[in-house]
Amino acid sequence: MIIRVKRPSDVPSSEITPEDVYLNRRRFIRQAAAGAAGLALAPSALAAMEWPSPAGPGQQVDYSKLKSELGEPVNSYKDITHYNNFYEFGTSKTDPAENSGDFHPRPWTVAVEGHVKNPGSYHLEEFLAPYKLEDRVYRMRCVEAWSIVVPWRGFPLADLVKRVEPTGDAKFVQFTTIVRPSQMPGQRTDVLPWPYIEGLRLDEATNPLTLLVTGLYGKDLPNQDGAPLRLIVPWKYGFKGIKSIVRIRFVEDMPHNTWWVVNPHEYGFYANVNPNVPHPRWSQATERRLGEWRRRKTLMFNGYGDQVAQMYAGMDLHRWF
Amino acid sequence: MRTKRVVLALKVLLWVGALTPTVWLGAGAYWGWLGANPVEKLEHVTGMSALIGLLATLLVTPLRRVTGWNPLIRLRRPIGLFAFYYVALHFSIWMGLDLGLNLSWITDDIRKRPYITVGFTGFLLLIPLALTSTRKSIRRLGKRWVTLHRLIYVVPALGVIHYYWSVKADVRIPILMGVIYATLMLVRIPGWVESRARRSARAARARREPRGSPASREGSGTVPVGATD
Ligand code: HEM
Repeated sequence: MIIRVKRPSDVPSSEITPEDVYLNRRRFIRQAAAGAAGLALAPSALAAMEWPSPAGPGQQVDYSKLKSELGEPVNSYKDITHYNNFYEFGTSKTDPAENSGDFHPRPWTVAVEGHVKNPGSYHLEEFLAPYKLEDRVYRMRCVEAWSIVVPWRGFPLADLVKRVEPTGDAKFVQFTTIVRPSQMPGQRTDVLPWPYIEGLRLDEATNPLTLLVTGLYGKDLPNQDGAPLRLIVPWKYGFKGIKSIVRIRFVEDMPHNTWWVVNPHEYGFYANVNPNVPHPRWSQATERRLGEWRRRKTLMFNGYGDQVAQMYAGMDLHRWF
Repeated sequence: MRTKRVVLALKVLLWVGALTPTVWLGAGAYWGWLGANPVEKLEHVTGMSALIGLLATLLVTPLRRVTGWNPLIRLRRPIGLFAFYYVALHFSIWMGLDLGLNLSWITDDIRKRPYITVGFTGFLLLIPLALTSTRKSIRRLGKRWVTLHRLIYVVPALGVIHYYWSVKADVRIPILMGVIYATLMLVRIPGWVESRARRSARAARARREPRGSPASREGSGTVPVGATD
């Protein structure tokens, strides 16, 4: 399999987009045929770029061989699915894999609301129909100073934003996780206030790197990784990547994201990966990549500075941590 | 003789129990089933073993008091030493595996990260206790040994604070540990009050009676293990 990786200068992401991953395409075609036909596809800057096809129809992509744009191998499926922070299923890293078996990610409804011209509430399939899913390898850096490399499958949030047409009052996007204590044992405790809330500034939401994710390793998201729909913002700490999303709301004021509310002294709204701004209790200068013994240096904006730094030009990142 | 055998049996149990985490971690590291982040697993299991060991050390005297079975005291030193062993292992894993012996990271963390500073203080305070845990030291240091070993009341508190500060949000188990520690300290208070009363009564008697009487000699030269805790 050939995966050509573009230079960071011409790639706004570490995308590896096997554009013809045929399963993907079949699903897309099926969905398009099922009624979404006629909806104009909003090709993102990324999707518009040309990519060599790593696998022809009928061929399978070996996801475990994929690499990031920096040449980092992806982590194993086992690591990605058995070392999770998803407090809805418990606070230890293995709890989500162990306690999410009873969670039913389908049927699922997603509401898009707030300051948009086209609000609505959709069945997941309906919600996803207009978008072209792609695979991208991203680093994920947890605020706890570990990191992992994951081949996600999803579509740019920017495509959704374009489709729902935010009005001038929309300055931020707020995301909400489902509340379902009967299937999420962590929600029967009060370690965090439920529901989990996250948010992005509108320009962050429309940055081509930001993904709404439905799968990984070419498969649907497992429950413990945030099925059926989650956010991935690779230059921010992992907790920004809210899981099991049921509501996307365009708002005027900065959303009060959960960790910020819980501990405003330690977690902010922006949560950009930044080796120079320590967490009050530990350093963020280095991280342990799962599967490695030695720590590695943490990269500014998790290595995505070229694509995102300009959004924060002139901002005091020590203050807006 | 019976007592001796029971104590021996308890010691065997103690060794088996105390070495279980080490064996488990060793096997896990060797066969690779410590999960996605083995360094963290090693750190967490040794840290937890250390804290449980410290609390178990504090449990011996109250247990002895409740059961009235004094030979229990012979378990205190090995339990304390196992606790020290796990703290030292915990520290070595942190220093060697987590920070890869990078001296500037190590000193930076110890200076700047309060949870590390507190844990490190606990580790430092345990060193003289471990070094003076021999019978010879007990004899040589006499009363000063008792004073020195009162540090064992402080170290678990540092361990609990260290643990509490190391977690992100779920403080339920650190708090539980804190409650256990507080309980183990509180149950000592009646004993302390009693022995203090006994001491002052003895001192009063000594003032009334001439020097060299049996009362004033009492306590000197005897092994003070457990005398005041
Ligand atoms: C009295 C001495 C100490 C005790 C009782 C102790 C105990 C603990 C406990 C109970 C934990 C949490 C385990 C868990 O989350 O399951 C922990 C974590 C940790 N300890 Fe210690 N510790 C001590 C000293 C130290 C020292 C000297 C260092 C390093 C200088 C250290 C570094 C750490 C680190 C890095 C963690 C992991 C924190 C994390 O999860 O991010 N500890 N310790």
